[in-house]
Amino acid sequence: MRQQNNTINQGSELNFNFDNERPIYIQIVEQLEAMIISGKLPPSSKLPSVRELAAKARVNPNTIQRALLELERKNLIYTERTNGKFVSKNLARLVDSREEYIKNRIAEFVIEMHTLGLDERELIRIIKEGKKS
Amino acid sequence: MTTSKTKPNKPVAEKATTKEPTNKKSNGKTDKNSIAKSASITPLLEYRSVSKSYGDRTVLKDINLTIPRGRIIGLLGKNGAGKTTLIKLANDLLQPTSGEVLVEGQPIGVVSKEQISYLPEVTYLDKTMKVHEAMNFFAEFYRDFDIEKAKKLAKILDLELDKKIIKMSKGMQEKLQLILVISRKADLYILDEPLSGIDPATRDFILDTILNEFDENASLLISTHLIADIERILDEVIFIDNGKVALQSDADALRQKEHASIDEIFRKRFRSHL
Repeated sequence: MRQQNNTINQGSELNFNFDNERPIYIQIVEQLEAMIISGKLPPSSKLPSVRELAAKARVNPNTIQRALLELERKNLIYTERTNGKFVSKNLARLVDSREEYIKNRIAEFVIEMHTLGLDERELIRIIKEGKKS
Repeated sequence: MTTSKTKPNKPVAEKATTKEPTNKKSNGKTDKNSIAKSASITPLLEYRSVSKSYGDRTVLKDINLTIPRGRIIGLLGKNGAGKTTLIKLANDLLQPTSGEVLVEGQPIGVVSKEQISYLPEVTYLDKTMKVHEAMNFFAEFYRDFDIEKAKKLAKILDLELDKKIIKMSKGMQEKLQLILVISRKADLYILDEPLSGIDPATRDFILDTILNEFDENASLLISTHLIADIERILDEVIFIDNGKVALQSDADALRQKEHASIDEIFRKRFRSHL
């Protein structure tokens, strides 16, 4: 059977990797977010069903549901009644989320570096040095 | 470990919040609503102050648990913690010494047996039967048994319908039992150590099958000590230790709180007893 044209039919490429030490739904949010921001899941494309995603990620459907709610809250995806869920059409929003995503990743990184005893000045200095060399 | 020090005199279940830790602002309202809603619905399975003793040996002490619909729940504990006893009480194989076990608010009995599909720890199949005979037996015994589904799953899991059970390996026999149990259309599936005799590759396959076939209005209670293998499919975990509920929590909330996997949390908590 052929899938709809704009459906994500490269389902096999949606790979998830989990670390059992962090909430699974948060990791699903992050990974789907990354796929959306990178364009792997393009704007307006249809997401696989909850069940398909659960099978793909080998997690509980409730966990997928929880992750999708979060993505919807962030306006990265939307629901069309009876039709399923789609990646947001609004590129401006995606750009915003891209920035938010990057900020979050940087914040995580900075916190991690703090725990290693680096303050921001040192961190910036090291990043700049790294760039030069 | 501070947790293990305080644990012995703390029989009360520690309910971790099921609230999602992020986005407090946006769904504060819906959270309340959903809690109020679920509280008004009779739980699928409920243990009310259940204790079980054999003579002066107490196996379960004042168990209070509720299992809602639509959840996959891990019943986790070491061997001898009381998991199987807890499960047998829900399947009318044992009577509580005190307290009560209810399925949708009704005592365990003829009706609850139709609602619960149970995979015992030890096989109860007549091993002289062939696979298809066992399926027919189930079809006669349970109105909700879907024999076509059972045949389909048998094919997927490489079971020959014509083979005698006694001629099959232990792992094969366990697969067959699992197929029979999940081919019923029940409200609650209770699987007691479903993966213990099954090799890791087949284990993944079986977990996939469980996830694919799982009806979202049903619930699944899985007892196991192989936590790492299944923790990802669990919504909720119940830790049983020494006949008591040591903890019941949403799985992701627990990971968030402890910054560790369920497997690690379990090991840490019960290390002193090992």
